[in-house]
Amino acid sequence: MRYLRLLAVQLRASALLAIQYRGDFLVDGPISLLWAGTSLAPLFVAYKNPATVVEGWSFGEALLVTGWFLLLTGVLEGAINPSLVSVVDHIRKGTLDFVLLKPADAQFLVSTSRFEPWRMTHVFTSILIFVYGFVTLHRMPSVPGIASALLLLLSSTLLLYSLWILTVSAAFYVVKVDNLTYLFNSLFDLARWPSSFFQGVLRFIFTAVVPLALMTTFPAEAMLNRLHASSLLFAIGGSLLFALLARLVWTRSIGHYTSASS
Amino acid sequence: MSLRSSIKSLPTLMKVGFAEAVAYRAEMIVWVLATTMPLVMYQLWSAVSRVAPIGGYGKKDFLAYFLAAFIVRQLTGSWAAWQMNFEVRQGTLAMKLLRPLHPLLTYATENLSYLPMRLVIVAPVLTAMVILVGPGYLPHTPLQVVIWFFGTVGGWGVIFLINLCIGCMALFIKSTLKFMDAYLAMSFVFSGYLIPVELFPDRLRHLIDWLPFRYTIGLPIELFVTRHSDAEALSLLARQWCWVAILFVTATLLWRRGISKFEAYGG
Repeated sequence: MRYLRLLAVQLRASALLAIQYRGDFLVDGPISLLWAGTSLAPLFVAYKNPATVVEGWSFGEALLVTGWFLLLTGVLEGAINPSLVSVVDHIRKGTLDFVLLKPADAQFLVSTSRFEPWRMTHVFTSILIFVYGFVTLHRMPSVPGIASALLLLLSSTLLLYSLWILTVSAAFYVVKVDNLTYLFNSLFDLARWPSSFFQGVLRFIFTAVVPLALMTTFPAEAMLNRLHASSLLFAIGGSLLFALLARLVWTRSIGHYTSASS
Repeated sequence: MSLRSSIKSLPTLMKVGFAEAVAYRAEMIVWVLATTMPLVMYQLWSAVSRVAPIGGYGKKDFLAYFLAAFIVRQLTGSWAAWQMNFEVRQGTLAMKLLRPLHPLLTYATENLSYLPMRLVIVAPVLTAMVILVGPGYLPHTPLQVVIWFFGTVGGWGVIFLINLCIGCMALFIKSTLKFMDAYLAMSFVFSGYLIPVELFPDRLRHLIDWLPFRYTIGLPIELFVTRHSDAEALSLLARQWCWVAILFVTATLLWRRGISKFEAYGG
């Protein structure tokens, strides 16, 4: 209950900050559309012949994966990156002290410290892509399909967040991690296409070790009603396991924190 | 700042830049690891070409193309726009103005002095390319090598000058980084970094021939995997160097007009 109230306070602070920069909304919208173009243009070219089916994915179906990629990019850039970039900053400057002194869980405080609501533009763009995908497929999404897709949205977000926490924990050991965000984003680019497009070693790495590819493929399959219940359970269980691991690593590494100024 | 004194200071500037590159090597490796796009795109195109070759590209052609894309990206990368934006905001540009050297020249040397380190990274990829796709793809006649060399230099020239133009805009407007973001997204689509330009429908291709994007990355890649006849390659090269000239004039003009407005914040 107390943490919910805290979350509300933090969200309000971010919202107020965002309203100060409301002009950004007008700029971020078109930019989000342009970046959506970088995912869509290759698909348009690859599916020049509309009847093409690549590794079990038709054009409309592949569009859904792209939509999920954009949606999760929005979540990553709007809700996960900003807070965690500021943690790295705190660690480097030694100001994490002030966070640790507060009478609440440090991981909770740092993870909710900053949101960038204007990145919601990615979410709107992705909804447009979903609509376009389903129109191309001449069908409607089913209610259980959408429900399980939403469930997977939660588990994918949790997974992304845990991967980020794991990366940030590295900042306690090696302080220079400025361009870690950039690296993380470019690794996330691997989730652009359906996981079956990958072959060999890469397929193993990005589905079994770091399940990046599944984060976008599973929800798209769920929307198409072709995800097995066992995969759904696997995704949810896997993300919970990752979250637990991230929590353990975080509590261990925070023990290594030495304030920079003392 | 006479031309002679500028030229005389070039070796020193390069040495400083190289030392910097060595000092920040770990950071550079992170940047290199972050160049995942060619890999991401290869996954898509190889999956597509498994169904049927597309636009004259088979699986092996795509492999050669995207390995070359990685190499070209390493060799011609430029980050002057971010640097200029940062220096204008922080006011540290004032330090550069004090030197008896044209500031734009220092951005160029900073870029170029990273080249030796980048060659070290490129070498194993090039070896892999020769083993995986065979040397047949690489330029083999002397003329092809010369064209490839000027195409790559020109590619860097276009990217660097576009960076300077956008960087100079930091002197006029506030959000140049958003502008850079928009430019990057467009360049990703039209430059051939994601989609070989030859795969676009004809009409769009004619449009792309007139835009600067293709000449930044696409053309150096195409020359690297020798997709053009010599005559075609030369005409494309001419267009590329036209863009270098146009952008050079634009960047100089923007700089002259912009710098008179510059106020060193917190100087």
